[in-house]
Amino acid sequence: MKVLVDEEKCCGAGSCVLLAPDVFDQRDEDGIVVLLDATPAAELHAAVREAANVCPGAAIRVES
Amino acid sequence: MTSVLPEFPLPRATGCPFDPPPALREMQQEGPLARVRLADGTEAWLVTRYADQRAVLGDPRVSSDVDHPGYPSGAPRPPGGTKMGFILMDDPEHARLRRMVTGSFAVKRVEAMRPAVQGIVDDLIDAMLAGPNPVDLVEAFALPVPSLVICDLLGVPYADHDLFQRNSKTLIRRSAAPEERMAAGRALHEYLDELMGDKLAAPGDDLLSQLAGRVHTGQLTRQDAAQIGVLLLIAGHETTANMIALGTLTLLEHPDQLAVLRESDDPKLVASAVEELLRYLNITHNGRRRVALADLEIAGQPIRAGEGLIMANDIGNRDPSAFDDPDRLDLTRNARHHVAFGFGVHQCLGQPLARMELQVVYSTLYRRIPTLRLATSVDQVPFKHDGAVYGVYELPVTW
Repeated sequence: MKVLVDEEKCCGAGSCVLLAPDVFDQRDEDGIVVLLDATPAAELHAAVREAANVCPGAAIRVES
Repeated sequence: MTSVLPEFPLPRATGCPFDPPPALREMQQEGPLARVRLADGTEAWLVTRYADQRAVLGDPRVSSDVDHPGYPSGAPRPPGGTKMGFILMDDPEHARLRRMVTGSFAVKRVEAMRPAVQGIVDDLIDAMLAGPNPVDLVEAFALPVPSLVICDLLGVPYADHDLFQRNSKTLIRRSAAPEERMAAGRALHEYLDELMGDKLAAPGDDLLSQLAGRVHTGQLTRQDAAQIGVLLLIAGHETTANMIALGTLTLLEHPDQLAVLRESDDPKLVASAVEELLRYLNITHNGRRRVALADLEIAGQPIRAGEGLIMANDIGNRDPSAFDDPDRLDLTRNARHHVAFGFGVHQCLGQPLARMELQVVYSTLYRRIPTLRLATSVDQVPFKHDGAVYGVYELPVTW
């Protein structure tokens, strides 16, 4: 799995950090997404897919 | 003879205070789109289904600009009326302003506030147990919890809570006269403007002071800074307060679900209960509103540029194609994909804070007061049918 994030689309709602805190974080100054792990381990794939699905700005893309 | 369109918002059924209006359900069953009439006689498209609602709210070809002539607000805009912060604006200005405050609501920042929120909740329960019984849970608990939290975060003196709670309530009450609502909005703006003056002169360690710093550097006008303050203050206390009081009533009326929550100390169950109550109650019950900026198509229906769109997220959250057995309250289900916070770039920016506050409240209140019950009958409870945010005006409880 390869994870891509688009900072321009991100609106800082934080759902991804709640779901997969080992993969996503937020910048301190404006809450915009920070990708911690672009190739997460298999046990995190379901959470990452859910994060991409609930992201309100469609800022997370997952390539398998 | 032309048929009369249903007027939106629609009434809930008597005796079903937790369910969306039955006419919305019928519209959802009949099709993905319906025509509705608004209070000012204008018409709009009502988008009934979950997937279409998400698609529209995520579409950059729709606008949140309340000053656009096609925006389906249902009421004439008062001349010289200010936009309530960035929620009624479009990108890029919306994103520029929103990003100035989003950091304070980031998940990890909010998580660091959890012990302080637990302290606030514990103290208010102590005071309730030492005070009169029965008591109004709204006054004694549901309103003070989020008000204390947002005051601390923004740097607003809690001593002024009467002023901002009263005016916020008026501002979002549909049945209030337009002049009354405008006066309430003005009072809130004047209050925040005065506070902004204090923060400009003597900044502290709070969000309003951060905004004041941006006024100093010219990134923000004082007027915009005060307006963002109004938005965060209202959204920060009124919505969460309603979820606390209405959520409690819902659980008291669903004792099997209340038992599931009370008997678990698993934070995951508590978190899932919060998502399910957000989905089930969907307190922002007047729909998310947009205007089409271009000709587009929703579920095969052509929509023309300039037409108004209302995403009725209360019925979207009860769409059987998105949630199994959607009318059943089930605290153990995964409801995290609900649209109670909206969807798209305008989705609630305070959601991490709302979630954390509700997790603390729902995991504490019913365990500390296991005999908590309604001190009246549910049909005597005054529901906020006329509010932009649904909830209860009062909730008499005893234990």
